[in-house]
Amino acid sequence: MEFFLVQALNGISYGLLLFMLSSGLTLVFSLMGVLNFAHASFYMLGAYFAFQVSTRIGFWPALVIAPILVGAIGMLVERFGLRKVHRFGHVAELLFTFGLAYLIDEAVHLIWGRSAVDYRVPPDLDGPLFEIFTTQYPIYRGFMMLVSVAMLVSIWLALTRTRIGLVIQAALTYPQTVEALGHNVPRVFMLVFGGGAALAGLAGVIGGNAFVTEPGMAASVGPIIFVIVVVGGMGSLAGAFIASLLIGCLQTFSVALDWPIFGLKVSQVAPVLPYLLMVLLLIFRPKGLMGTREG
Amino acid sequence: MSLLSGRTARGFLAATAMLLGFCAAQAQQPTIKVAYIDPLSGAFANVGEQGLAEFRFAVDRINARGGVLGGRKLEVVPFDNKVSPQESLNQLKRVIDQDIRFITQGNSSAVAGALLEAVNRHNERNPGKEIVYLNYAAVDPAYTNEKCSFWHFRFDANADMKMESLTTYMAGKKNIKKVYLINQDYSFGHAVKKAAREYLARKRPDVQVVGDDLHPLGQVKDFSPYVAKIKASGADTVITGNWGNDMSLLVKAGRDAGLNVDWYTYYAGGLGTPTAMGEAAAGHVKIIAEYHSNIANNKAAKWDSDFRKQAPKGNPDFYYLRGKLMWDMLAASINKAKSAEPKAVAYALEGMKYDGDMGEVEMRKTDHQLIQPLFVFTLVKAAAKGGPKEAKIDLEGSGLAPLTDARLEAYTSAQPTSCNMTRP
Repeated sequence: MEFFLVQALNGISYGLLLFMLSSGLTLVFSLMGVLNFAHASFYMLGAYFAFQVSTRIGFWPALVIAPILVGAIGMLVERFGLRKVHRFGHVAELLFTFGLAYLIDEAVHLIWGRSAVDYRVPPDLDGPLFEIFTTQYPIYRGFMMLVSVAMLVSIWLALTRTRIGLVIQAALTYPQTVEALGHNVPRVFMLVFGGGAALAGLAGVIGGNAFVTEPGMAASVGPIIFVIVVVGGMGSLAGAFIASLLIGCLQTFSVALDWPIFGLKVSQVAPVLPYLLMVLLLIFRPKGLMGTREG
Repeated sequence: MSLLSGRTARGFLAATAMLLGFCAAQAQQPTIKVAYIDPLSGAFANVGEQGLAEFRFAVDRINARGGVLGGRKLEVVPFDNKVSPQESLNQLKRVIDQDIRFITQGNSSAVAGALLEAVNRHNERNPGKEIVYLNYAAVDPAYTNEKCSFWHFRFDANADMKMESLTTYMAGKKNIKKVYLINQDYSFGHAVKKAAREYLARKRPDVQVVGDDLHPLGQVKDFSPYVAKIKASGADTVITGNWGNDMSLLVKAGRDAGLNVDWYTYYAGGLGTPTAMGEAAAGHVKIIAEYHSNIANNKAAKWDSDFRKQAPKGNPDFYYLRGKLMWDMLAASINKAKSAEPKAVAYALEGMKYDGDMGEVEMRKTDHQLIQPLFVFTLVKAAAKGGPKEAKIDLEGSGLAPLTDARLEAYTSAQPTSCNMTRP
């Protein structure tokens, strides 16, 4: 019972972190049609900025400043890079973000070196939140879950209940009309891309000290967030949320199983299961769990 | 009849001979290049960078003392293999194209296996163009047993030797009752798991192995499910050969869940792991290795502190004593062979005894495995943070400092080998 509860909590909190990581990606895709390969790099930048800021003025300011900085970089990238590339179509955009990911990786190497940096959980959030029988549950994981849920709610509210959200949605379907009404559509896109980057940055602030802040961190989460976006359905925020929780729990619980399959144990193949899920889903339901477009 | 008078001809010949002689002398002087094939980008780049920084430092020292063969310099040439066996083979092709005749590699036994096979094949097909492979960290026992090769030399104690020493130490620890094994799912992880089970059964039959997990190399982000499993098993001790982030994330997840176990590890002592674990790990993480900075009467202390003074950002510690040993022994064997020809150097290196900083070591002739003393040590709070005063130098500024538990003499870890080497 203890084991089951602990694993369930672990699965949900890991799933929520995955959602933080993938929400920006799916948002940018649904609103701009750009599949941003550099998304995980923005996540890494968030972690490094948070490390830099938190060593100077503390974790709490970093929680706000780092995502804003990453968002600003995202906007600059859209304004001076992506917008120019846009007219050459989706392949060019894809290649652009692909190259950008490498550029950011190298920049991080040059600035912070190739080893891990000492970015720690702040003392206020370090320690056990509660105990389930004998296992401690860390405060930081609770904090992670809180931020993730807050993120989901605020994105949803911003898109459906605010004026800017309505303009964004309208600009996606009828850009000319929206422009004719006097809205600056390119600026809207710039905001959206910056917003997506800022969300990745926020995930970096939280994930960077929960795990390890090092130059390989972008590469290690890159594949899994694409799996989530594909499984959830390209461009569906709710789909990404469900897929994150699903994959988080799938990975967590399969680790616990020592059943044999083909001479291996289930626990041994646990980390590959999400990819298996993605392949199966693409075969049997190409639009994903909640997606609206085919293929 | 002759176009030149006898005297002019003789003068001309003499001049030509001098010129040729000069050229020959010049031709003998090129640097002896050693290709360093290890990850310099990707998830394990920090590990590769550490080795490169230390090796360059060692080579600079050798060159500063006058190099080898009375004036020839050594040089490390980096090749990035991204810890991929396939990429390593591509890099090896480049090494061969550039006519570099020595290679060194350490990270991942999977890479080592691919390189070893390729080097053997190359040497067989290209007599006179042989390559010698100096392995400083890939510790799958097979490479000095059934897969041993004349062209391969291992300077790190292999996984079995380390486990032999570690279990010898554990045999005396009566508080160990239940052990959990968790390792990376590739040849090295399997070797650790197998050796741990065998040797524990031999030395401590009363100890129960309550769990045994393998997880993919470098893929797991969240180790908390594994920690929950360890916790549920009731283990008091965990043995793991994990390295890099697989090591740090595991201990970190254990700390977060309040898991109260002792960790017996191979690689928790450097390369970002102490930083990631933080002070909370103090007293619970034990390591088996050939060196740490707080060894009593440390003969390498000056070397260590000199390295720290010029160390690149991000790689502040001196980690690979075996690397220093490798370069010194390479230089010694080149001098002994009076040649930089790989075959001659290999013959000079095998069986060589060398007075290392921690005592005498031997490159065993039968299997080309270096036999050296090892240490079991614990990471404790550094002296500056209120720890014991012997724990002077902390790792990576993390506040964690190594402190010796036991020194295990070279014979403790020396093991019989099944190597049946064919020599050229």
